[in-house]
Amino acid sequence: MQEKWTSVPNDRGYFGGYGGRFVPEILLPALKELDGAFRKAVRDPLFQEQYDQLLSEYVGRQTPLTYAGRLTAHYGRARIYLKREDLCHTGAHKINNAVGQVLLARSMGKSRIIAETGAGQHGVATATVCARFGLECIIYMGSEDIARQKLNVERIRLLGAEVRPVDSGSRTLSSAINEAIRDWVANVGDTFYLIGSAVGPHPYPLMVREFQSVIGKETIDQCLEAEACLPHHVLACVGGGSNALGMFHPMLPYEDVQLYGIEAAGKGIKTGHHAATLQAGKPGVLHGSLSYLLQTENGQISEAHSISAGLDYPGVGPEHSWLRDSGRVHYASVTDRQAMEAVKRVSSLEGIIPALETAHAMAYLESLMPQTRPDEVVIINCSGRGDKDMETISGYVESVNPGCDYPEKDHGGEKGTL
Amino acid sequence: MSRLKHIFANRQESGDRFAAEKLLNIFITAGYPGPEYTVPLVLELEASGADMIELGMPFSDPLADGPTIQHASNVALQHGITLNDIFDMVSDIRRSSGIPLILMGYINPVLQFGMENFFRKAAECGVDGVILPDAPPGEMSEIDHCCRRYGLDMIYLVAPNTPDERMKAIDEASSGFVYCVSVTGVTGSREGDELTKSVDRFIRRVKKNITRNPVLIGFGIRSHEDARRIAMHTDGFIVGSSLIDLIREEFPSGHWMEKAGQFVRELKYGSDA
Repeated sequence: MQEKWTSVPNDRGYFGGYGGRFVPEILLPALKELDGAFRKAVRDPLFQEQYDQLLSEYVGRQTPLTYAGRLTAHYGRARIYLKREDLCHTGAHKINNAVGQVLLARSMGKSRIIAETGAGQHGVATATVCARFGLECIIYMGSEDIARQKLNVERIRLLGAEVRPVDSGSRTLSSAINEAIRDWVANVGDTFYLIGSAVGPHPYPLMVREFQSVIGKETIDQCLEAEACLPHHVLACVGGGSNALGMFHPMLPYEDVQLYGIEAAGKGIKTGHHAATLQAGKPGVLHGSLSYLLQTENGQISEAHSISAGLDYPGVGPEHSWLRDSGRVHYASVTDRQAMEAVKRVSSLEGIIPALETAHAMAYLESLMPQTRPDEVVIINCSGRGDKDMETISGYVESVNPGCDYPEKDHGGEKGTL
Repeated sequence: MSRLKHIFANRQESGDRFAAEKLLNIFITAGYPGPEYTVPLVLELEASGADMIELGMPFSDPLADGPTIQHASNVALQHGITLNDIFDMVSDIRRSSGIPLILMGYINPVLQFGMENFFRKAAECGVDGVILPDAPPGEMSEIDHCCRRYGLDMIYLVAPNTPDERMKAIDEASSGFVYCVSVTGVTGSREGDELTKSVDRFIRRVKKNITRNPVLIGFGIRSHEDARRIAMHTDGFIVGSSLIDLIREEFPSGHWMEKAGQFVRELKYGSDA
């Protein structure tokens, strides 16, 4: 067991050289208050009990570890399992964190919850938990994301939350975070900012990771139960990186477990239209922490591109930047097209329609599986379900292959097979 | 003595006590409404009564700014403004003016430029001070080292919710002046009348804790009357969004720059001026 993997961040919120609190002075008291409340909560048995109870009775944990028999047969190599976060209430892992932070907000006496959302899953999760506790809830969402995630917008509204469209900047997740921070700056007294990914100023990256770590802890137990060993390869998609850290963090000390974080290569890294921050970015400061960023040589933030709204973000959580530099996690990327093929493959082979975000991790099996052995175990964090993406998926099939239904063959020059 | 220290030390009693005592710091975004206007605009504002100028360094994700400065920042970026362009503007201004110049902006472009390089070039071309609102004191000690090495003033901010001890530490880390954010909000936020009392309480706390540096107050000041009300117990005030709003309205009509000058004159001396 290597302690170095579990001793970060330090008191100032740094993972090696990444993280910190790059925020206007006005937010520092709120971040210190939050840090104190979080540290108190994790030591408080009553808080833990409430959190565990909500996870089990409301979220539906623990989620299963499902053996993917036909996907395993398809590759004919290692045995593949899916950690079924898609079966969480609201359809993605996001609610694990929303439950934790809402409990924290209540313990701090904050009555107004704000959040940003990209794909809408975090917005839905936050609105859901706020409804459960009768809290005012405002969700900032880029207008481009509102257009491509209509179903989730409707869900958020039905849950009684307000969706505030963001028309500035890229009109996606990144702009929604800017606007949520502006709201927080203006209403810092009574407002709790419920960040949905392992990004932002300290203590958010730590807090989100801790609230998501239930994924990896359950997975370790379930894998030992099913296979009597730890997994050999574990995959998760990385946008901001919360589902990946939730899965990876408890496994970091077991250095024989190979970890793979899969980013969105969009239309291909060479085209410049991608969201592969750790592959093609450089360290810098965005949204309150120092981490890898997609940026111009002048330090302006570049627009990310991914067909998956949840990965369409030019930054990444600071802990991922540290894990990248340390080499503990292997980061790779797959294109929109490869992700779309993975959606079809996993849907038809396993009867599970994954979210487009999740499909990025599944697409990487194409590269990984040929290198695995039949006595090995591969686990993918199935972070969300794909219902929300049906419109994007059918639109993509139509645009790539007009007049044709789901194509049977690969048509482009990009790597990836069916 | 730095230019900033000099102007605070040399405030002179004159007929208009308010104008003499309360220094006026005007914020404009470098490169707005177009790169060619920044130098003449600074000179016009100086001639109209501005005591110092903050030049905003545009950034793609200005998360502490309201819609007005976001807009100005976008326009400047559409014109392709870079830090090197801003240094050139400062050099130009220095050919004919000794007005204190402060660069204000987010830290990421500075990091990509290279911290050391940034402060060295800033000092070389005649910048007097730097404000980096998303790099609060203590977060990155290299900033303070660079400032000292190149003799620039480092201006930090205090907010109404900043605790007393922290105010003292900010005073300790700052030079030139301390920037008081009058309200909790982004730039351009309006402060309601009912808040004047809480602003007074805040300023009293500021004056108790900030003893080494002059204090300027900003955010939400849109008129001479606002300034008289809010800046009464400070060393001066900062105006940004409302001037940019005016420019946005008037540009590119023929007299936009004169109107900007007139606005600054009224801020400083009142509407009788």
